[in-house]
Amino acid sequence: MSNFDFEIIGRSLGYLFFEGMRFTLTLTFLAAIGGVILGTGLAIIRLSGGRVLSAVAAGYVNLVRALPLVLVIFWFYFLVPYLGQWLTGSSRPIHVGGFASALITFIVFEAAYFSEIMRAGIASIPRGQAAAGLALGLTPLQSMRYVILPQVFRIMLPVLLTQTIVLFQDTSLVYVLSITDFLGAASKIAQRDGRLVEMYSFAALVYFIVSFAASRGVQRLRALIAVPR
Amino acid sequence: MSSTAEPVIRIEHVTKSYTSGMPVLRDVSLTVARGEVVVVCGPSGSGKSTLIKCVNALEPIQQGRITVDGEQVGGKGVNLPRLRARVGMVFQHFELFPHMRVLDNLCLAQCKVLGRSRQEAESRSEALLDRVGLKAFAGKHPGQLSGGQQQRVAIARALAMDPVVMLFDEATSALDPEMVSEVLDVMVELARSGMTMMVVTHEMGFARKVAHRVVFMDQGEVVEDSPTTVFFEGAQSPRARQFLSKILTY
Ligand SMILES: Nc1ncnc2c1ncn2[C@@H]1O[C@H](COP(=O)(O)OP(=O)(O)OP(=O)(O)O)[C@@H](O)[C@H]1O
Ligand SMILES: [Mg+2]
Repeated sequence: MSNFDFEIIGRSLGYLFFEGMRFTLTLTFLAAIGGVILGTGLAIIRLSGGRVLSAVAAGYVNLVRALPLVLVIFWFYFLVPYLGQWLTGSSRPIHVGGFASALITFIVFEAAYFSEIMRAGIASIPRGQAAAGLALGLTPLQSMRYVILPQVFRIMLPVLLTQTIVLFQDTSLVYVLSITDFLGAASKIAQRDGRLVEMYSFAALVYFIVSFAASRGVQRLRALIAVPR
Repeated sequence: MSSTAEPVIRIEHVTKSYTSGMPVLRDVSLTVARGEVVVVCGPSGSGKSTLIKCVNALEPIQQGRITVDGEQVGGKGVNLPRLRARVGMVFQHFELFPHMRVLDNLCLAQCKVLGRSRQEAESRSEALLDRVGLKAFAGKHPGQLSGGQQQRVAIARALAMDPVVMLFDEATSALDPEMVSEVLDVMVELARSGMTMMVVTHEMGFARKVAHRVVFMDQGEVVEDSPTTVFFEGAQSPRARQFLSKILTY
C-alpha cells in the first residue's frame, strides 16, 4: 500500500457506479418519495387530526428523531421478516431482501423529518386560504390537496431537496447490512485488493461532488422560484 | 323545503364564543330574505366577521340555530360542503389561490364540488370574468393583478358556484382608495340584479345606495336592525348614532 494506485479506481468504475451508485440513487429517490408522502400524511394528522391521532403522530415523529439511524436500520432488518409473518399470517418469517428492508427503514425514518418540514410549510400558508377553499364547498381534504399542499411544495421544495441530500449521504449506512450500495461497493473492492486509501478517498470525493453539485442546484432553484405571491 | 316566504338566511338566538373566552356573539337573531341586501356594520371587534363565518360554518356556534335556504347549518345529515357551495363568500384579503391562474381559481370548485365538466366550468368562468370586466385576465396569476382586480376575480369565483346568497366581509377595506369604487360597482350591479347579500362594510355610500336594511352590531349584540332610510335618518340607539357620526364626519 505504498503508492497510490489510480488504476484500481479506473478498473472498478463500472462496478462502483452501475452496481453501487445505482443502488444508492434508487434508494435515495424512492425513500425520498415515500418519506415525503408518509411525512405529509403525518403532518396533516398532527395539524388537523383528532387529539388522539395527532398525539400518536407527534409521538412517532419524536420517537424516530430520538433514535440513531444505524440502530433503526439493524432493528428493521431483523424485525421486518417477523412483522411480515405477522401481517400475512404465514407460518415462518417471510424473506425480505436487503433493498426492501433498507427502503422501508429510510421511508419510516425520513418521514419524521419530512413531516416537520411539511408541518412548517402548511403552517406558513395564511389561514384564509383554507377558509376560502372550504367556503367554496371543498372538503377539508380537497382544500388540503388542491389549495394548501401545492403552495407548500412550492415554498418547501428547496428544504425538501436539501433533506434529500442528507438522505443521499445517510443511505451509506446500509453498509452495516453488507449491501452493495456505492460505499459498500467501494468497500468490497478496498478489502479485496487491499486498496483502502484509494477506494475510500475516491468514495469520499464522489459523495462530496454529488452533494455539493446538488446543493448548488438547490440554491439556483431557490432563486428561480422566489417569485412574489 | 325552501319557499319564497322562507328567508334565505335565518339566524336565531345565536351565541358563540371562541375557545374558553367571553361570548363574541350574544343571542344574535337576524334574517335575510330572498333578494334582500343587508348591510352589517359596527365597531371593530363587535363580531361582524364572526357572525358571517358562522353562516357557512367556518366557525361553530354554541347556542341557537342558523338555517340557509331552509337547511340547518351544522345540522344532522346536512352535507356541509354542498351547503357551503351555495353560499358565496368574499374575504377582506381576497384569498385567491396564488398558484393557480385566474381561470383555474374559478373552475376548481365548479369541477370538484359541483361536478361540472372542465369545458362547462370554463365557459361559465369566462362569462363571469366578463361580467366583472376581467375577461382578458383569465390566463394571469393573481399576483399579477391589482388588489381591486383580485377582489373582482374573487367575487366572480364565488358567483361561479351559483350561490343563493353572497356574504361579503369588508371586501373593500384592504384596498387602496382608488380601487374601492371598481369593487363597489361590481357589488352594486350584483345587488341590482337581485342577488341576496349580507354585506359587512363601512362603506355607507354603498349602504344608502342598495341596502334594504342596515344592522348595527356592538359587543356581540345586534343593537339596531332597521330599514336603510330609517337607519340613516334617525338611528334609534345612542351607540349606533355615535358610530355613524364618527365614520361619516371624518
Ligand atoms: N379566531 C379567533 N380566536 C379567538 N378570538 C377571536 C377570533 N376571531 C375573533 N376573535 C375575537 O372575537 C371578537 C369579534 O371579532 P370579529 O373579528 O368577529 O369582529 P369584527 O366585528 O369583524 O371586527 P373588525 O371590524 O375589526 O373586523 C373580537 O374580540 C376578537 O378578538
Ligand atoms: Mg372583521
